[in-house]
Amino acid sequence: MAPSRPAVPQAAEPLPAEPPVADPHPTAPRPAPPHRTDGWHLTSPVVLTLLLLVMVVVQGPLRGALSAPVTQSWTTVFVAVVVQALPFLVLGVLLSAALAVFVPPSFFARALPARPALAVPVAGLAGAVLPGCECASVPVAGALVRRGVTPAAALAFLLSAPAINPIVLTATAVAFPHDPRLVLARFAASLLVACAMGWLWQRVGRPDWLRPPAHASHEGRSRGAAFWGSVRHDVMHAGGFLVVGATAAATLKALTPASWLRAAAGDPVVAVLALAALAVLLSICSEADAFVAASLTQFSLTARLVFLVVGPMIDLKLFALQAGAFGRGFALRFAPATLALAVLGSVLTGAVLL
Amino acid sequence: MNRQAQAAVLFLLGAALLHAGATNLYLRYVKAGLRPLLLVSGAVLIVTALMTLWFERKHDKQGPTPEETNEHHPPDPGHSAPGHDHASPRISVSWLLLLPLFALILVAPPALGSYSAVRSGTALQPPYGYAALPSGDPLPLSVVDYASRAIYDHGRSLAGRRVQVTGFVALAGDGTPYLVRMALNCCAADARPVKIALTGRVPPVLRPDTWLRVTGAYTPRRTTDPVNGGPVPYLAVTAASPVPTPADPYDESWNQ
Repeated sequence: MAPSRPAVPQAAEPLPAEPPVADPHPTAPRPAPPHRTDGWHLTSPVVLTLLLLVMVVVQGPLRGALSAPVTQSWTTVFVAVVVQALPFLVLGVLLSAALAVFVPPSFFARALPARPALAVPVAGLAGAVLPGCECASVPVAGALVRRGVTPAAALAFLLSAPAINPIVLTATAVAFPHDPRLVLARFAASLLVACAMGWLWQRVGRPDWLRPPAHASHEGRSRGAAFWGSVRHDVMHAGGFLVVGATAAATLKALTPASWLRAAAGDPVVAVLALAALAVLLSICSEADAFVAASLTQFSLTARLVFLVVGPMIDLKLFALQAGAFGRGFALRFAPATLALAVLGSVLTGAVLL
Repeated sequence: MNRQAQAAVLFLLGAALLHAGATNLYLRYVKAGLRPLLLVSGAVLIVTALMTLWFERKHDKQGPTPEETNEHHPPDPGHSAPGHDHASPRISVSWLLLLPLFALILVAPPALGSYSAVRSGTALQPPYGYAALPSGDPLPLSVVDYASRAIYDHGRSLAGRRVQVTGFVALAGDGTPYLVRMALNCCAADARPVKIALTGRVPPVLRPDTWLRVTGAYTPRRTTDPVNGGPVPYLAVTAASPVPTPADPYDESWNQ
């Protein structure tokens, strides 16, 4: 099997037949040496066929093993998270492939202000028009970076889009019928934190932290081949990371006692930190998190605002998706900074608005 | 994973989504409103698989063009010559997609049941209002509707009515039988139980996760959920009969 991600971004330039010896990005997957294919090899289609056969043969015992209540509930939540997120991931991937293949790079240069400091809030606000959850925004932000959008602006878009689009804000209003100010607070805090992260990246971010989401260049291939190649690659790649996130979310949901929450809600500081941690661990889709927040009635409104701002910006599933799209080195720096700013920004917004 | 294998996985994944969306299987995992999206994305995945194979074949026939030879090398290992496979020591993350595929096709786990219901507190919340109840005897009511009328309306609209409620059985740690429905907003990851405690002529042997249609009357007796202290109303049972699992096992009334 081949690593699904190329190690070096420059795809259009002729490269030697052998992979480069000195890998500039030690964390990046190293391409395998070209393999001789004139004999019998365990190729991935063969492995896949064998795996499918084995699974069909052992499905009886497997069902038996999964019939204990805890494993059953784990499997249900795991399948549910994947089935729920996959359609949005596919739509985001289609949009990002269309951006990458059919929209010329000059469009973004014209649409966004030239000064990065101005491009950040414009891109952040543009997030309002992407009607989807966070699974869709990661591939779209990756396509924006590939199309030459300044990373600071693309990151502001990545963070704001899942939280401030009309669908999510409507869901928030429905979930909190008695607290309309919470909708405003969610919009303001999410936009604030997204712009702050964009500006922060612009000041301290270094290009080599961001492993550009390299793709095969589209030169020499028809647009159709490039489009479907991009869809195939992104679904396979991001889908794998989605499974990692779903595993974590299912484990938390099936194993953590809910009574812990009651203990945490008593202290205001602990409540904020607990709901921030819960937002990260639960990895709920941003279109659904308002209803979960509404159900956490023991917590203060500010703590629930933290939950609503942190969740769409950083959670286990998103971390896995971001690591897949931009590299682990990026995700390891970006995630803690996002978490800290999101908590701070929503507590401040909560103090002013709620 | 080379591109033929990727096409196979995409095809199977798309077929699994289409199957789940075309039958009522998807209702065990996500809300009913997600069906069109599931069907569309399943179709997109299948088209992607077919297009991958189509371009592979075209590529195979024409042979690599001068520009394409550049792509055969490290920049895009996924775009190596057709049929050729890089035996990489790295496990590609794409293989993980087989896990939900197997879970969905081979195992198809049931909707969340008594295990989750007993572990989480009741999610009952004050409703926006109470619609006038239709006439009829017995009166069919959802678990959520009965519970919110019993708790927040103090049973005023239920006085003198025989009600019929359908849910699954969950047994609390102390043995109290509950009739439960999991309420869902988006997917099973956010499902939370709404519970009614049973009293009166409760069947002597109750197995958790059995679906029951319970006929009974409002009683002012109430208790609190041992997990989160939320209110749990009682229902005075006069008759109970087992029913098959409903097509949509979750209560989605909060989505409307």
